[in-house]
Amino acid sequence: MTPEATRNYFELFQLPPSFQLDLDRLDRRYREIQARVHPDKAAHLSDTEKRLFLQWATLANEAYNTLKRPLDRARYLLRIHGVDTREEDNTAMPPEFLLEQIEWREELQAAVALKSLTALDGLAARLRKEMNSLLGSLATLLDVERRHPAAADVVRQLAFLEKLGRDIDQAQTELEE
Amino acid sequence: MLLQISEPGIKPLKPRRIAVGIDLGTTHSLVATVDDQRPKVLEDGQGRVLLPSVVHYRADHTVDVGYEAIAWQNDDPENTFVSVKRYMGRGRDDLPETHNAPYRFADVPGMVQFETRAGTVSPVQISAEILKALRERAIRALGDDIAGAVITVPAYFDDAQRQATKDAAKLAGLEVFRLLNEPTAAAVAYGLDQAAEGVYAVYDLGGGTFDISILKLTRGVFEVLATNGDPALGGDDFDRAVYDWMLREAGISAPNAGDARRLLSAAREAKERLSEQDSAPIIAPLSDGAAVRCTLSRETFDTLTSDLVKRTITPVRKALRDAGLSIEDIKGVVLVGGATRMPCIRKAVADFFQQPPRVDLDPDKVVAIGAALQANALAGNRGDDDWLLLDVIPLSLGIETMGGLTEKIIPRNSTLPLARAQDFTTWKDGQTAMSIHVVQGERELVSECRSLARFELRGIPPMVAGAARVRVTFQVDADGLLSVSAAEQTSGVEAKIEVKPSYGLNDADITRMIEDSYKHARHDIEARRLREQKVEALRLIEATEAALAEDSELLSADELVVIHENMRILKETSDGNDWEAIKKAADALNEASTEFASRRMNHSIRKALAGQKLEELDA
Repeated sequence: MTPEATRNYFELFQLPPSFQLDLDRLDRRYREIQARVHPDKAAHLSDTEKRLFLQWATLANEAYNTLKRPLDRARYLLRIHGVDTREEDNTAMPPEFLLEQIEWREELQAAVALKSLTALDGLAARLRKEMNSLLGSLATLLDVERRHPAAADVVRQLAFLEKLGRDIDQAQTELEE
Repeated sequence: MLLQISEPGIKPLKPRRIAVGIDLGTTHSLVATVDDQRPKVLEDGQGRVLLPSVVHYRADHTVDVGYEAIAWQNDDPENTFVSVKRYMGRGRDDLPETHNAPYRFADVPGMVQFETRAGTVSPVQISAEILKALRERAIRALGDDIAGAVITVPAYFDDAQRQATKDAAKLAGLEVFRLLNEPTAAAVAYGLDQAAEGVYAVYDLGGGTFDISILKLTRGVFEVLATNGDPALGGDDFDRAVYDWMLREAGISAPNAGDARRLLSAAREAKERLSEQDSAPIIAPLSDGAAVRCTLSRETFDTLTSDLVKRTITPVRKALRDAGLSIEDIKGVVLVGGATRMPCIRKAVADFFQQPPRVDLDPDKVVAIGAALQANALAGNRGDDDWLLLDVIPLSLGIETMGGLTEKIIPRNSTLPLARAQDFTTWKDGQTAMSIHVVQGERELVSECRSLARFELRGIPPMVAGAARVRVTFQVDADGLLSVSAAEQTSGVEAKIEVKPSYGLNDADITRMIEDSYKHARHDIEARRLREQKVEALRLIEATEAALAEDSELLSADELVVIHENMRILKETSDGNDWEAIKKAADALNEASTEFASRRMNHSIRKALAGQKLEELDA
């Protein structure tokens, strides 16, 4: 097992490959691995070992971040099941979802125009709620019903919302400056 | 101060490798070490622990550092450098405040350089003088050469500033174990001293930089959740505010360099007094025989500096948001940096976090102590009971795309080390080279981010446009330093990369500076190389022997023979005086143990997780 050859992040942390994940256990195993592979543990070792530790620690961070964030975890699970979410070229969305998007965007623009941090905070909170509800349906689709193409549709919608979240965050940052 | 880190009865088996922690500060610097399991800040011959970060260049090219340099500040300001940390990895355009500085700036692109009577010097060289003085102090105090150092940097330092700091250490002849973020160092010192657990904020206002880090402390793990800051905000700016007020009070518009220096010193003294008293009298003699006399009250001071205080709160808010936390989640706030002695800062922090800040540790020493503790652990003096530091990249990394826009490739506050691969293609038939411009910052426009470097990739096999797939890997190490590698995917050809740092020095510059410093003694360079290679060889032999003692059952008899043979050759060669032969033998041993190292890693990870599972069963 070299860092490059480790294809499955769930195997790395010895966790079952499901969307609903014991995050405490993930946290503990991640720390246990980092305690062994972090470059700080190789400061007095040979250059070869230093390089290996760096590669392993990088892999552990990548794997941990992928499994920790629900949307990335869903994408990763779908990839294991051979389903490409095609977020770059598949923009087909239900019309009502697109309408909602337009409304969100208009609200964001209004909040920016008003320079209102409170409005932005409110928007961010509502967005989180919306995303949580979509993540709930994702759990059912992936772990219970195993309807992967339908799950990929939800992932695409969540990606839209996540982008909106980043834009809200950017607006907050710029307003604070 | 008593740090509870001693373990009675446990003695390291190997002779201790002396390692130091260095706080390379804007206004003053310190060096600390761990001696007999206890961290200790080292003093100069006169019992002083703070070394003023001031360097003076004499006509005969010798330098004064620290208090000796301060003595020249008033009479020779052009050749006496203070707060040089502000210039590290910075171009002239980044430094709007430099119009006040008494220095002669050289007309060069990239990082600022100064004309002195000893020639043109860069901030890296000036910082190296400070580091050399600290290194000498450590050698004198500890009676032996030092194996390596942990050097602290502001958490909000970007790649160019970090690289400049590492280069300065190299110039000073220090082996850098690690660059450590100042708030993280403080958290290590505080966390170990107070056995703290939970989420803490470290508010670090130094002489010239401001950092805020939010950390989660759990059972020997120090995990930075988010960091933010202002790389050009510190105690110096509070002095400047008082100085500007003094000029207005005295009706002076353009003081000469010497007067400006004296007035600034008087402003600093007044500021420091106001931490103890409600008002401070100021008397500053001028070169024309007159004097500035006034009294600064704490109320006036607070008014003059309220904007500066407010400027620290914005990054605090951002860091909390990035960490996904609110004020109620913060268990304690640790104050670091001499500037946090100001009552206005303590009040602002207490008001914001709705709790009094922790001031248990000396804010001047806590960073150096944390760095020393980490240096001791990295030197391998502790064994398996040490702690784990998980730090983050403070600013997003991006690449320039069409229309001068930034495409983020690594978001801020990602845990280090990390890597990100990105595929690029050629746009012309037969194209064999391409350039990637890497920037750091949060803005969408490249022009509003900091330019780090241009990476010129060469040696791409010629193909029709769009056929080549060049995978570029951006790797950021635990120090927060970026390196880039690239390979064409269809042919597997590794691209050659030339790095053009925007504000840094390239390897050739560093080599030249090191050689310049030994200009008149060619054999000194050779002697240094030999010494370095011998130390390296010894380290490698020790590491290999330790690895064999632990895990030799992971090797076949034949493999064991090969490693032993390479080790024997290295031992023999390193008794000689040919540094190139030693290096070759070391490379050979490294090569021979690559597979062994890899098996040991797998073994270690399996063991770790097996232990975890047992614990979970018990629980």
